[in-house]
Amino acid sequence: MPVPITLDFLLCQGDFRLEMHERVEARVVALFGPSGSGKTSVLEAIAGLRSLERGEIRIGSRILYDSGAGVDVPSHRRKVGYVPQDLTLFPHMNVKRNILYGARSDRDGGSAVDLEQILSLLELHPFLDRRVSDLSGGERQRVAMARALTSAPLVLLLDEPLTALDRGLRARVLPYLTRIRDELATPMVYVSHDEAEVRALADWVVELEGGRAIRSGPALIPSAGS
Amino acid sequence: MTGDTLAIAWRTVSLAALATLVMLPPGIALAWILARRQFPGRAMLETLVSLPLVMPPVATGLMLIWVFGRRGPLGGPLSQLGIDVMFTWRAVVLAGAVMGLPLLVRATRAGFEQVDRRYEEIAGTLGASPRRVFLTISLPLAKRGVLAGALLGFSRALGEFGATIMVAGALPSTRTIAVAIYSYTETGQEAAATTMLAISASIAFGALLLSNRFASTS
Repeated sequence: MPVPITLDFLLCQGDFRLEMHERVEARVVALFGPSGSGKTSVLEAIAGLRSLERGEIRIGSRILYDSGAGVDVPSHRRKVGYVPQDLTLFPHMNVKRNILYGARSDRDGGSAVDLEQILSLLELHPFLDRRVSDLSGGERQRVAMARALTSAPLVLLLDEPLTALDRGLRARVLPYLTRIRDELATPMVYVSHDEAEVRALADWVVELEGGRAIRSGPALIPSAGS
Repeated sequence: MTGDTLAIAWRTVSLAALATLVMLPPGIALAWILARRQFPGRAMLETLVSLPLVMPPVATGLMLIWVFGRRGPLGGPLSQLGIDVMFTWRAVVLAGAVMGLPLLVRATRAGFEQVDRRYEEIAGTLGASPRRVFLTISLPLAKRGVLAGALLGFSRALGEFGATIMVAGALPSTRTIAVAIYSYTETGQEAAATTMLAISASIAFGALLLSNRFASTS
């Protein structure tokens, strides 16, 4: 079921200005655009990692930020599952402790996510006792996804999550993302360059350029080259 | 080596270790605040923390007498509770902790500054409270800086002389290696002074060696 998502805010950081005026009903919002267009900043604004000038961020019935009402939920209470592009796996913890880091937190109201199911689908069982520095790029990506999912988020923020996976694994993981979307009704904001991913997942596409949405619409096929 | 020598060496090491334990909580807190927080008066705090590093230790000792003496703002209430600080082992610990703190804070702060803030941010998005982020991310990742700082602080407390002689004197019950070297030399007991020197040098050497190892591999 589509969820009302409000991304209506102004972010200023040095010379960079990011302005969003999106009020959509969607399960998965895909963010497109060249690098430097502000895609990652949108994710970090939702995650509470960037301070905003003003505006409103809502996911479903949850208000994460509303400058008018003086609401700015701290990052650790926003219940977002953020998979940053740099992954940021904790270097002093093995794979298992990384994955369980979010699961330990008391996050009432989050979607119920089955740890076993996540580990099986992302094929992580053989790696649980490994150090994260011993993993390949694709393996690290899967660990970061598992870590975000086990934190039972109310919204998933994915920054090019499948880019580092090989084609075969991507084809296996993609249906799982679809299932999270359909079965757990976890809305997603998804940064991607892959049309196939977007077609399979997104029901709303926002194309960004220079900190502004230049196109926004349902199931839009991204323009060539983006 | 006489029993007296051993007793002095043991007292010095154990009181320096105690001083290190005393300085760790405020030292880690100060280091974290200086590494991670911007606030008015930050430069002032930074300078205050480093002050014992550059002030004559005897002057620091005098300030400690003002604060912890029987009529001091802290020494008075403590004295009413039956806890005397001046000229007891507590004064040795106090002097060592205050003199070691700047070194502990410097190394620990460098340790925190080397921790990529992204780890702390992402831990936050996973639902970890700032307290949990500190305990499970910042502190473990800054571990080597903290250990290097603790060893430096310990080494400083071990060799502390100026502030110690002000607040604890050279009594048989408070005499540390540094104070003993001074007393033995003053009274012409050269052999005893040399033994003390050797003990002092080897402990300090070992502690510094360890400290450098932690600092260089962090």
